Amino acid sequence: MTIDVALASTFGANPASDVAIDIESHTWLRRLHADGPERDQALSELRELLLRAARFEVHRRRTGMPHLRGNDYDDLAQHSADDALVAILGKLDSYRGESRFTTWAYKFALLEAAVKLRCRAWQGQEIPRDTEHWSLIADQRPTPDQDAQTAELLRAVSAAIEQELTAHQRKVLVALTLNNVPIDVLAGRQNTTRGALYKTLHDARRKLRNCLSARGLRIGHFGQSEIL
Amino acid sequence: MSPSEHLDGNRLLSRLLGPEEPEVTCEECFEHIDRYIDFELAGGDADSAIPGLRPHLEGCPTCHEDYDSLRAFLGEER
Repeated sequence: MTIDVALASTFGANPASDVAIDIESHTWLRRLHADGPERDQALSELRELLLRAARFEVHRRRTGMPHLRGNDYDDLAQHSADDALVAILGKLDSYRGESRFTTWAYKFALLEAAVKLRCRAWQGQEIPRDTEHWSLIADQRPTPDQDAQTAELLRAVSAAIEQELTAHQRKVLVALTLNNVPIDVLAGRQNTTRGALYKTLHDARRKLRNCLSARGLRIGHFGQSEIL
Repeated sequence: MSPSEHLDGNRLLSRLLGPEEPEVTCEECFEHIDRYIDFELAGGDADSAIPGLRPHLEGCPTCHEDYDSLRAFLGEER
C-alpha cells in the first residue's frame, strides 16, 4: 500500500517524480518533521536502528582488526550512529522515497562505520609505493590455468601502465587495484575526494583499454581475454 | 591486502582495466545503492532500473564492499 507522491512532497519528496512512498517510510518522515515529543521519540528510535546497523558492520569486520578491543568497537559503532543521524537529518529533504526510508537511513550508518573501520585498519600504515607491485605484472608467465593470450594482455597492460599513464594515474591505479587500498583511505591521504580519485582511476583504465585496442588486443567482460 | 601476484591473470586484468560498460560515479553509487538493493530484494530488475551501477560495483572494490554490507544487513533484517 502506498501514499501518493503529492502527500510525500509535503515532506520534501521530489514532486516531479512519480514515486509513491510506502506507509512506513511516510510515517518516519511525518514523525521526523513533527515538533516536540513525537519528533524526539522518532529520533531516539532512528538512532537505535542506526546503532544496530553500525554494530553489524563493526562485527562483520572485527576479525580483520585484532588490535581493537571490545570497548573500541562499541565506541566506534556509537560514533558512527551519531554521525549517521546528523547526516540523515541534513539530507532528509533529499529523500525521495525511492527506497524504504530505513534502507536509505541504514546506508549512512553502514558507510560511517565502514569508513571509520577502514581508516583504523590503515592507521599508521604507509600506502605501498607504486613500484612495488605493478612491475610484477610483466613477469606473469602462462600457467596451466592462464593461457598465452592472457599473458600477452598482461604484458601489454604492464607496458601501457609504464608508458601511457601519468605518475599520478599510475599511483592511483596501483594503490586501488593491486594493493587494495580503500578509495576513502587513499582520498584521505591525498587530501582529495573519493569521486576525484575514481575519476583518475576511470581515466587511467580508459587509457589502458585504448592502448590495447590500438594494438589489436581486446579484453572482454570480467577479464575474459580475446584477441581480435 | 592480497598482492597482485596471488591473482590469476584474468582477475588481474579485470581489476586493472575495470568495467567495459558505462558506469556511475562513487557519489551516484551511494545515492542510488539503497534503491538498487530494494529492487533486488523485491525481485525486480535493478540493473535496468539503475543503469551503470552494477558496472561501478565491479570496478570499485570499496563501493562493492559497502554494497555487500547493506545487502547483508538487510538480508538479516527482513
